[in-house]
Amino acid sequence: MDTIIEALPYLLEGLKTTLYVFIIALIIGFIIGLVMALFRLAPLKILNWIATFFIDAIRGTPFIVQLFFIYFGLNSLEWVSMDSITAGIVTVAINAGAYLAEIIRAGIMSIDKGQSEAARSLGLSGGQNMRYIVLPQAFRRMLPAFTNQSIISLKDTSLLSIIGIADLTQRGEVQMAATFEPFKIWFAVGIIYFIVIYILSILANYMERRFELR
Amino acid sequence: MSMIQVNNLKKSFGDLEVLKDINAEVKEQEVVCVIGPSGSGKSTFLRCLNRLEEITGGHVIINGHDITDKNVKINQVRQEVGMVFQQFNLFPHKTVLENITLSPIKVKSQSKTAAKEKALGLLEKVGLSEKANSYPGELSGGQKQRVAIARALAMDPKIMLFDEPTSALDPEMVGDVLEVMKQLAQEGMTMVVVTHEMGFAREVGDRVIFMDGGFIVEENVPHELFGNPQHERTKAFLSKVL
Ligand SMILES: Nc1ncnc2c1ncn2[C@@H]1O[C@H](COP(=O)(O)OP(=O)(O)OP(=O)(O)O)[C@@H](O)[C@H]1O
Ligand SMILES: [Mg+2]
Repeated sequence: MDTIIEALPYLLEGLKTTLYVFIIALIIGFIIGLVMALFRLAPLKILNWIATFFIDAIRGTPFIVQLFFIYFGLNSLEWVSMDSITAGIVTVAINAGAYLAEIIRAGIMSIDKGQSEAARSLGLSGGQNMRYIVLPQAFRRMLPAFTNQSIISLKDTSLLSIIGIADLTQRGEVQMAATFEPFKIWFAVGIIYFIVIYILSILANYMERRFELR
Repeated sequence: MSMIQVNNLKKSFGDLEVLKDINAEVKEQEVVCVIGPSGSGKSTFLRCLNRLEEITGGHVIINGHDITDKNVKINQVRQEVGMVFQQFNLFPHKTVLENITLSPIKVKSQSKTAAKEKALGLLEKVGLSEKANSYPGELSGGQKQRVAIARALAMDPKIMLFDEPTSALDPEMVGDVLEVMKQLAQEGMTMVVVTHEMGFAREVGDRVIFMDGGFIVEENVPHELFGNPQHERTKAFLSKVL
């Protein structure tokens, strides 16, 4: 127990980095996902192609390969220089973005066509229809899938320890090396991840129930 | 003055020609009812009047604007044309009041207070003042449809289009909705009503259009069309529904 309590402040410092990367990456990922979903649904063929290519490329390759490509691959180009945190955020964001694009697209398509027709018949533009009528309803419907992807992305951040980001997992490795107590340290790290994800699920459940009332 | 002028309107879905050559006119303050068998193109015709369907050929002129013209500002024309759907299509994530005020605020840039005041007046008119803060999910079908009418009226349209507004309702709800429409007609609203309610067409309609197979087969004042139909197809249809 002492080992864990002594390691805890150091591990929680790592958790801060994990959450920092996670939250920023998720926000950027959501924007990427939204844009790509709208591209896929746009009447313009080129936009469809761009989105389809992006989504297929990300879904068809492992996360680690994406991470190495962005951190080592892109950084080897003369005109690119990214620190590990930036590369980590970019990778998680792009990865989440591809999956969220499909989730958002499915959400948009699940909204009854009559909703858009009513909105357009009232004189709302296509953009206003998306913003005020379709997306708010689609987001409600997507919430469970969105929560799921958030949890996956949070867990993906643990792979960023490989490129030296001092996140929870990386600090776990350091502590393990210092204490020679792998069982206790990895147990503690696991519990911390678990608690964070548990809180995330409760939050999502609460939001789902709030919207359910309508 | 003619509010709606339709010249040689054609509409196809792929290879399927649904409207073949429609010519029609609706004058200011006129109430025109459209009847006809299922699949004859009534809804498609109505939906061409505010370009919810892309028009394949011909011209549709709404209050002086040719909406088949590529350069027409369709969102502006649509503000003048209210539409009421069979399935209501209320916005389920918004309260009744928000349903009604959304478009005046976002499209016409009305102030929230002005839009709200107007909405409350319209709700009173359709007999639903006490439902202002309810969500659509909490309303009966008849109440939903009356909110949908109020929502369309909030834009101060010059024309109202109705596509079988009572077909999805329980029989006991139909009367309330027809009553609101009748009142609207008496106030001088220009209306095009696709309906299976022959009683309404007879009583409220100034003119009845009978459609079949993508054509307007016959049109006349109600008592003539119902009492003395000229075409075989009209006779056959009326003998089934009357
Ligand atoms: N979006 C569409 N794509 C393909 N075909 C369509 C579409 N909308 C309508 N149609 C076809 O066009 C024809 C006319 O349809 P429409 O809905 O206008 O008929 P209607 O007279 O309103 O019938 P009802 O009384 O059943 O409502 C039908 O054969 C229908 O299958
Ligand atoms: Mg129809």
